[in-house]
Amino acid sequence: MNIFVLVKRTFDTEEKIVVTGGAIQEDGAEFIINPYDEYAIEEAIQVRDAQGGEVTVVTLGGEDAEKQLRTALAMGADKAVLINTEDDLDELDQFSAAYILAEYLKDKEADLILGGNVAIDGGSGQVGPRVAELLGINYVTTITKLEIDGKTVKIVRDVEGDSEVLEAELPLLVTAQQGLNEPRYPSLPGIMKAKKKPLEELELDDLDIDEDDVKAKTTTVEIYLPAQKVAGRVLEGDLSDQVKELVSLLHSEAKVV
Amino acid sequence: MSKKVLVLGEVREGSLRNVSFEAIAAAKKVSGSGEVVGVLIGDAVANLAQELIQNGADRVVTVEHPHLKQYTSDGFSQAFIAVTEQEQPEAIVFGHTALGKDLSPKLASKLQSGLVSDVTDIEGEDDAVVFIRPIYSGKAFEKVQVKEGLVFATIRPNNIAPLAKDESRSGDVSSISVDITNLRTIIKEVVRKSTDGVDLSEAKVVVAGGRGVKSEDGFAPLKELANVLGGAVGASRGACDADYCDYSLQIGQTGKVVTPDLYIAAGISGAIQHLAGMSNSKVIVAINKDPEANIFKVADYGIVGDLFEVIPMLTEEFKKLLVNA
Repeated sequence: MNIFVLVKRTFDTEEKIVVTGGAIQEDGAEFIINPYDEYAIEEAIQVRDAQGGEVTVVTLGGEDAEKQLRTALAMGADKAVLINTEDDLDELDQFSAAYILAEYLKDKEADLILGGNVAIDGGSGQVGPRVAELLGINYVTTITKLEIDGKTVKIVRDVEGDSEVLEAELPLLVTAQQGLNEPRYPSLPGIMKAKKKPLEELELDDLDIDEDDVKAKTTTVEIYLPAQKVAGRVLEGDLSDQVKELVSLLHSEAKVV
Repeated sequence: MSKKVLVLGEVREGSLRNVSFEAIAAAKKVSGSGEVVGVLIGDAVANLAQELIQNGADRVVTVEHPHLKQYTSDGFSQAFIAVTEQEQPEAIVFGHTALGKDLSPKLASKLQSGLVSDVTDIEGEDDAVVFIRPIYSGKAFEKVQVKEGLVFATIRPNNIAPLAKDESRSGDVSSISVDITNLRTIIKEVVRKSTDGVDLSEAKVVVAGGRGVKSEDGFAPLKELANVLGGAVGASRGACDADYCDYSLQIGQTGKVVTPDLYIAAGISGAIQHLAGMSNSKVIVAINKDPEANIFKVADYGIVGDLFEVIPMLTEEFKKLLVNA
């Protein structure tokens, strides 16, 4: 089975966001594999172990993303590909990202492509379905269970808390939801092995992509932090009085009940 | 230049979802003085057309087919593309719901357009329209403009106020017949797990529990309070990881992001990842034994105490209030 996983390097969830000069301050921040992509990597490894084949992790970004690819290799992926757009593109939106990834994938004869259902930084959740559409293959988003039997794939997907049980055929792209599995930590031997696994770096030229073909359709004009929430009132007194006061405040002051 | 905007009216269990009325209000801003066209897709949905018009759509186009009874990306994209071919819209607005999230990127790709997802506010109108959306799960916001081509956006439920319903409004309702073929996904079964039909992302009131809830049974008083307030139950990652509840209830940077009118956090310490998922709620109430808990920093009102004492008392007090109301 030829398996590909689309991964993204993102800010650690522990990080506070600082905006300087209209941009997110990245200096000194910790970066991780997007948590939803970790589920995708784990699932890919499990499918390969059960069915045979190869797992290739692919990311789009700059040199720095090599670290996250090595982590994925240490978890057990076989190969990694970094499509480095740093020198070619100033601006990249979901249209551009999906185009580039699809150009890379189009002649790879992937049986299964996995990704996270959303990245915790940009939060658009678009790239997976866009890539599937560009490749002309079917996709299923926010999956919590995957079973492959020959060409048939049985899937459970999360739909706003409900579960949809469905069937589709390979080739297929799926995006992972929390609950799909428990991603493993890289083992020490895994980390050692990862250093020797192939990590290929490509640029747009290598994929015969013209910069004009991937010009972003949307543009961010401003980034800002939400207004700091002022700490509210901690009520005092007898507990039953506090409860009465709270209900009355919610009713007459905040007017939400 | 004014724009013609298509809005998908999303139907769940025979009714239009509230987010679709919010999408109409968003579409009005995007359109300037243009036209807002409601789109209904399903097996029998035309009866809902008037309601879209009463909520601000100028007219409605329906696509009905037995294969559209359940949502599939293949079926709904074939139907929606047929509408775009007939209407040639300059903009499209969907709700950022499970369906909207699944369908909109496929359509944007087919239409070779950008897509601004999960919009919480809109500034300006028509060509000067600017979309505001959270990034880093609400730790920051960005303003986005469309540079080229179709303007396509999905809006987060509960953030953009719908227009006032006007029952005297009327408009044209037409239908397109589309042959829906080659559905590559077969839906076998839908297992309902959500709390009494109130969807977490659209709920006006969310009662969320954390590790302090201590067990699966510990969620019972929270559920009762949510029921009294017509709200939904949510949870922190801690509670989900401890197996007190299903991951579908998780609120936070991983999990759902919610913006209800009232968020009641019970036994939740308030890790930065959880705050990212709820801190933009209109009013936040924190109930926690630990007066130093981080959650009090974002709460509008706080009670230091045991949730198992406080929550049942709150439930009783709300019951009294709502009986008298």
